[in-house]
Amino acid sequence: MISAKGLDLTFQTGDGPVHALSNVDLEIGKGEFVSFIGPSGCGKTTFLRVIADLEQPTGGAITVNGMSPQEARRRRAYGYVFQAAALYPWRTIEKNVALPLEIMGISAAEQRERVKRTLDLVNLTGFGKKFPWQLSGGMQQRASIARALAFDADLLLMDEPFGALDEIVRDHLNEQLLELWARTNKTICFVTHSIPEAVYLSTKIVVMSPRPGRVTDVINSTLPKERPLDIRESTEFLAIAHRVREGLRAGQSYED
Amino acid sequence: MNPIALLPWQSVAALLAAIVALAGLPILPDGMAPASTALVFLLVLTGALVPLLRLPTATESFVLFAAAHGPVYLLLSGITGHEGQAGLAFFALVAASWLIAWRLVTVLSLARPTSRPMGTLLRLVVPTLFGVWLLLLWEAIVRGAGIPFILLPPPSLIGVRIANSLPILAADVQQTIFKSVFAGYFMGCAAGFSVAILADRFVFLRRGLMPIGNMVSALPIIGVAPIMVMWFGFDWPSKAAVVVIMTFFPMLVNTVAGLTAAGSMERDLMRTYAAGYWQTLWKLRLPAAAPFIFNALKINSTLALIGAIVAEFFGTPVVGMGFRISTEVGRMNVDMVWAEIAVAALAGSIFYGVLALIERAVTFWHPSVRGG
Amino acid sequence: MTDRLRDKIIPVTVILAAIVVAWYVGSYAMNAPFQRDLDRRAGVTSTTWEFVVKTMSQPKPTLPAPHQVAVNFVENTFFRKVTSNRSLVYHAAVTLSSTVLGFAFGTVLGILIAVGIVHVVTLDRSLMPWIITSQTIPILALAPMIIVVLAAVGITGLIPKALISTYLSFFPVAVGMVKGLRSPEIMHLDLMHTYNASAGQVFWKLRVPASVPFLFASMKVAVAASLVGAIVGELPTGAVAGIGSKLLSGSYYSQTIDMFAALVAGSIVAILLVSLVGLAGRITERVMGARPA
Ligand SMILES: Nc1ncnc2c1ncn2[C@@H]1O[C@H](COP(=O)(O)OP(=O)(O)OP(=O)(O)O)[C@@H](O)[C@H]1O
Ligand SMILES: [Mg+2]
Repeated sequence: MISAKGLDLTFQTGDGPVHALSNVDLEIGKGEFVSFIGPSGCGKTTFLRVIADLEQPTGGAITVNGMSPQEARRRRAYGYVFQAAALYPWRTIEKNVALPLEIMGISAAEQRERVKRTLDLVNLTGFGKKFPWQLSGGMQQRASIARALAFDADLLLMDEPFGALDEIVRDHLNEQLLELWARTNKTICFVTHSIPEAVYLSTKIVVMSPRPGRVTDVINSTLPKERPLDIRESTEFLAIAHRVREGLRAGQSYED
Repeated sequence: MNPIALLPWQSVAALLAAIVALAGLPILPDGMAPASTALVFLLVLTGALVPLLRLPTATESFVLFAAAHGPVYLLLSGITGHEGQAGLAFFALVAASWLIAWRLVTVLSLARPTSRPMGTLLRLVVPTLFGVWLLLLWEAIVRGAGIPFILLPPPSLIGVRIANSLPILAADVQQTIFKSVFAGYFMGCAAGFSVAILADRFVFLRRGLMPIGNMVSALPIIGVAPIMVMWFGFDWPSKAAVVVIMTFFPMLVNTVAGLTAAGSMERDLMRTYAAGYWQTLWKLRLPAAAPFIFNALKINSTLALIGAIVAEFFGTPVVGMGFRISTEVGRMNVDMVWAEIAVAALAGSIFYGVLALIERAVTFWHPSVRGG
Repeated sequence: MTDRLRDKIIPVTVILAAIVVAWYVGSYAMNAPFQRDLDRRAGVTSTTWEFVVKTMSQPKPTLPAPHQVAVNFVENTFFRKVTSNRSLVYHAAVTLSSTVLGFAFGTVLGILIAVGIVHVVTLDRSLMPWIITSQTIPILALAPMIIVVLAAVGITGLIPKALISTYLSFFPVAVGMVKGLRSPEIMHLDLMHTYNASAGQVFWKLRVPASVPFLFASMKVAVAASLVGAIVGELPTGAVAGIGSKLLSGSYYSQTIDMFAALVAGSIVAILLVSLVGLAGRITERVMGARPA
């Protein structure tokens, strides 16, 4: 689905170049749930933005669905969920979810149908007529996920979508996200700061380290596809979490 | 404990004023019946002393209202026809009732409304009282001190003048507002908006125009009025031209600023949809710019009126608000000038108010609107 | 430096040049009909170039060419005695004096009213709505009356014009200052509260410093309004001096070049005043220890 080879990205800033990504090699298959984890500033967001064609790499090659990111974007191959909900305050939840559909020129009847379906999917049935500010933070974030799902792209890019939410809401949304992933069979790239979250959700965990941003470890999860919340107390889960932590620490010591 | 110490300062001052008035009796050499004089004193005393009773806010407000407006009514009807004969007592009593009214406004300002409509009512009543007292004091001073009406007519005379000259005022409004202001306002705002969109598309144009636009807003643009009158003649097109020039730049500057108001995350979102320039403009950036655009529309409503009226000082057909003001000033018909200004003020407020209402409806989502 | 050149200086210069070119084209287009008429009556035929030059050297053109305005401006600014009635410096100084006087009064008045509004609830509830409403009113329409009525009671010259300027400049200052005095966050006010600070301490140590940027921003608006007030105040009486009177006499005698030169003078005064206020603001903020922008 996504394949990066020797990807490099350097930002030219006022005080010298910043190597946000350096020599990143990564293969992501169809239907995988991939988490990106690493300390702040290691280039997770940047990598996602490169996939989304919001940032141009300065070296290396990347293909999304076998196309260049730009072409993939033109074909509306992915949905992107930002760290904040970024809903438009002047549109109702319904209209927000319909926004990508309007832009893609989908008929009004079809729009209504899809909006209803995706709002059901994220458990926001009945909130369509509300304005964003009338919803809680968790509900807003679910609405923004609905917006990314509305046009049925195969790929979902999520940049710390639950970063601003509290633990309880987060657990709940994680469960729902897994369920949604199982039901729709999408490919998901998910950025997070939380080791348990990464382990709980993913089939593949990409550990990154900063200055210059690079991939230090790729861990394939052995957890079953069916994951109740209490799987997080199992020894298998803890073993994977331990490996991730080790990977992060290795990335740190690299710096010294 | 000394009861005076329990009184608010307005009441104490009102009492002092009443004592001064007693020393300066009679209120008017002739024309004021002893009964009304007694009533004036009685009401003033009631108003000054009522805080001692610690009545409920509503009751106290009613008493204060009567105690403030009763005396001033009696005093004003007494002085009418006897202008300039007022002595110390008259002014002292006017001051006393004004102080009681101030007490009333203070009580109302501090009141905790129990319901939303009550709160709204209070928010309207307090400034209305202030405005009414401005007019009452104006009336009392002009009539009491016998200021020649030709210099400063009392509000009552201006009201009479307005009522008697409705056709003339209507014709002036028709000429100045419905022709000059509206035509110029729509053309100026539309032009400013269009150029702003162009400047948004072409970075070079924006970089060049913005510093110039910001600078022009500080210039006395109104000075082009005589030139426009020379070019476009005496009738409304020349006024509209002045208005166009005056409204163009605020619209340009505000719209360009507003178009940058959308957040970067929202913009990236549109990019992930591969939305085109116009789609992004229409669905994201214009709605986000709406508060800025309305700000310009509101600024421009005042500028347009000023532009049209001042441009008429340089020549018009024999109708129009600016024309009326400048000719009636020349004839020392000051009451007509005030009438015209009152109408202009009303028109300006309505214009602004309508825009503010539309703004509330369109930008209901903006924190400043939904919070207040 | 090169960024500044690319991002600002070059675009502004190009746009200004485009305006000047458009102005020349406009002045040819607008003056040509009259010139053609003139030539036909005199029976003169001229080459295209001669004709173009003639359209830009009329004594009373419809739209004077930029160089005509420039020459007139330079002549009347630098080559006349400043006491001469034709000197733009003289007229500008007359207007400037009432502008500055009115602006000073207006600023003081505006600040006092703002302090009152912020500290007295009654004033906030009763006066504030009127201040906001009065911004929607074409106050300038009062100008002729103020001048004439004051003249009738024997007050003429500087004071009536300065009054109009005061009136126009106190609104923006009052509104901006109220906003500024109210700008400290609840957290900062609460902090002062925990220190048990008096109202005076809160005012001097928190509200005043917080309001300074607002004050200077609104003073820039106020000084521009003040100038407009002074110019319009010079219109109705047939005043003999000042930029406004220069405009008026120009319009009586169709001396367009004089009018444009007067406009240029007015604009330069405006830019000077606004820049001075801006500079004063920057210096004040620097002295108060703000981060230089
Ligand atoms: N537009 C930009 N211009 C310059 N430097 C940038 C830009 N965007 C990111 N960077 C730099 O690139 C590096 C990687 O940034 P990135 O946002 O990808 O980190 P991240 O892993 O997402 O961090 P976080 O976990 O804090 O979100 C950082 O050092 C950052 O300063
Ligand atoms: Mg990030």
